[in-house]
Amino acid sequence: MDVKTGNKLQEIFPRYKGRPEELIPLLQEVQAELGYLPEDVLLEISHFLKVPESTLYGVSTFYAQFKLNPVGKKMVRVCRGTACHVRGAAKVLEEAEKRLGIKDGETTEDLEYSLESIACFGSCALAPVMVVDKEVHGRMTTARVKDVLGNSK
Amino acid sequence: MNFEERQKKAIADWEELERGARPRIYIGSATCGRAAGALKLVGVIEAELARHNIQADIVHVGCIGLCYLEPLVDIVKPGRPRISYANVTPRNVGKIIEEYLVNDNPSPELALGVLSETALDGIGRFSDLPMLKPQVRIVTANCGIIDPEKIEHYVGRGGYGGLVRALGMTPEQVIEEIKKSGLRGRGGAGFPTGMKWEFCRKAPGDTKYIICNADEGDPGAFMNRSLLESDPHSLLEGMLIGAYAMGATEAYIYVRAEYPLAVERLKLALKQMEEWGLVGDNILASNLSLHIKIKEGAGAFVCGEETALIASIEGRRGMPRPRPPFPAQAGLWGKPTNINNVETWADAASIMRKGAEWYAGHGAEKSKGTKTFALAGKINNTGLVEVPLGTPLRKIIYEIGGGIPDGKAFKAVQTGGPSGGCLPASLLDLHVEYESLAQAGAIMGSGGMVVMDEDTCMVDVARYFLTFTQSESCGKCVPCRVGTRKMLDILEDITKGKGQPEDIDLLLDLSEAIKAGSLCGLGQTAPNPVLTTVRYFRDEYEAHVREQRCPALACKDLIAFYILPDKCVACGICLRNCPAQAIAGAKKMVHVIDQSKCTKCSTCLDVCPVKFSAVAKVSGEQIEVPGEPTPVTALERDKVAASK
Ligand SMILES: Cc1cc2nc3c(=O)[nH]c(=O)nc-3n(C[C@H](O)[C@H](O)[C@H](O)COP(=O)(O)O)c2cc1C
Ligand code: FES
Repeated sequence: MDVKTGNKLQEIFPRYKGRPEELIPLLQEVQAELGYLPEDVLLEISHFLKVPESTLYGVSTFYAQFKLNPVGKKMVRVCRGTACHVRGAAKVLEEAEKRLGIKDGETTEDLEYSLESIACFGSCALAPVMVVDKEVHGRMTTARVKDVLGNSK
Repeated sequence: MNFEERQKKAIADWEELERGARPRIYIGSATCGRAAGALKLVGVIEAELARHNIQADIVHVGCIGLCYLEPLVDIVKPGRPRISYANVTPRNVGKIIEEYLVNDNPSPELALGVLSETALDGIGRFSDLPMLKPQVRIVTANCGIIDPEKIEHYVGRGGYGGLVRALGMTPEQVIEEIKKSGLRGRGGAGFPTGMKWEFCRKAPGDTKYIICNADEGDPGAFMNRSLLESDPHSLLEGMLIGAYAMGATEAYIYVRAEYPLAVERLKLALKQMEEWGLVGDNILASNLSLHIKIKEGAGAFVCGEETALIASIEGRRGMPRPRPPFPAQAGLWGKPTNINNVETWADAASIMRKGAEWYAGHGAEKSKGTKTFALAGKINNTGLVEVPLGTPLRKIIYEIGGGIPDGKAFKAVQTGGPSGGCLPASLLDLHVEYESLAQAGAIMGSGGMVVMDEDTCMVDVARYFLTFTQSESCGKCVPCRVGTRKMLDILEDITKGKGQPEDIDLLLDLSEAIKAGSLCGLGQTAPNPVLTTVRYFRDEYEAHVREQRCPALACKDLIAFYILPDKCVACGICLRNCPAQAIAGAKKMVHVIDQSKCTKCSTCLDVCPVKFSAVAKVSGEQIEVPGEPTPVTALERDKVAASK
């Protein structure tokens, strides 16, 4: 683990009591800080909370939110919920894949963009929906995907 | 200041704001408002006010539910009622403000309605809008009206009055009151809330927990998000009442990770409650103590199920366990626990404020009160509505929802998310109640209603839901883990035209087995979308299986696009736009699609000018067209026709 990551963890850990039930919030905070959960960081957390490594692996792979590999600086998420599905989400996802040159669930090689599909953002009234980082874009069309993502490839 | 003094002040301040001496501008800035560009308006509005040297208050409010009209901006001039403007843009907002506040012209042509008893200057009443008129707003009464970040607004409109009333009663009386109201769980199953509270109250143990289920995982549902963002104190008040009734001292709110604004507002609301002495020890100097924590979900649908949710709070994989024991006996950390949905908690607050009889005066025989529904999909007025239970589907979809866009035909409405079903046009007169929906094969669910039109393929919808449940199945029990996978395989085959005639019955058999054998609600209800689509739309399945035809022209593997030689004028638009370079053609030569290259993206159909309409989409048939570009005939024929 590099020094910077180690320091980050030393900053975060004191905010927790070191109890097993803190695992998920702790993983969330560490991921928010580092972008993803590297293996050596997971091991560190396992020591800190006195939770077996197997449990840590189990939990971090169970929840869709946790990423075990680096993600892009920008997170592009396309909704595939029911409302978005019947309003053409598949085309929006396809266009985003084409623009970014990656498939659903992948990250560009330069670590600029990650693309993932999500079950529903709760903005179904504006379907189909795409979210870039925290900004929600409603009523998407393939043309609007171009506007939002530009020629990012 | 004690609570009573603060309450008095809040009420006076709210009235002052309503009557106020300064103009006020309200902006709907919940997530849908923001997605439609509400925050971009703020700067423009401020600049316009500054330009005219007008002192005005800008109030950020939540979502009134007219999501399709966002961004919404309301303007109040001193002594006049609130006027609402819809689909406001940075380009026209300045003009609207200038015209009204400076020139005293409320621009009736741009106004949506006035929020008052009477119409004004040619502007109709807001509450007479077709989408609002049939609504009864109890749980959403404050949504879009108050600033959700101000506890003063909530209290100023009667908030926490239900808690005060409850504290003046015994816990048993509170439970009795909830029972009498007829309130049933709004999270899906519709279990009577008062009874559930009683189980938890009577369960032995000193430490008891209550949990607010804000995991809202059903795709197409956003009732809870909207309430959390627009009126967070309402459910918090309900939780305090519940804690008092059940004797709980610890509480959790489990919110899904995809709702950052809701989490932000909840955190703020909790901080305000602390300042007001509404959370912690000896709330309002009573013997009620409650500590509330927020837990953010981590993206697992099954965590909406109560035992999985508990496992997740405990820091484990969110996998359900068999019941009994029910959470009321052994829940979080093995202690008695009561879980209710966001809306259920908020309803409890209204009931305590206004009384059980008043609440039970709304709704139907066995389904009392009101329920919020999220209208989405192929419907004109998308948004959030609240109606008395027992309202017919037709009224919700046509009167409130404004019917189907583009003159298309209604095909089905999907209620209850992945656990629910698709109801056909023949059931439009069904009254929305727990029992009637269950009889029809669907469920009330949490309130998502996704409308589908003639272009939606019901087999594809069933496949869509199975993709969802299959990937969200936690894998603990075999019927759900393997069964949903098998069903999905079959459905994928059918949508690709590779289905066998016996597949439909096989799907039904599998459905029964999965329903009977699964451990939790996820598996037990996962077959519902398939069962209802087979029950009501079997002909669509048959067409896919027997004729390799998709009647809705939606399944990619079963459709084809052709350019009609007698209509094509060789304008070249489709050729230039085809992303697969599958179109051949030249000047004055009829264009031709190379079927082996076509990806069926439908771009050619979308871009072909309506006046030519030269692209045809078909399924289960072939159109004879030349293999190579041939000279255009359409124009010549038109010329001939014109000269005659
Ligand atoms: C797979 C699955 C997902 C669920 N998701 C939710 C949910 O997102 N929100 C919710 O309130 N209830 C959900 N439930 C229902 C809960 O288990 C529980 O019945 C409910 O929270 C009880 O609250 P109520 O009585 O107020 O309805 C889900 C159930 C299952 C089986
Ligand atoms: S279905 Fe896409 S935001 Fe809900």
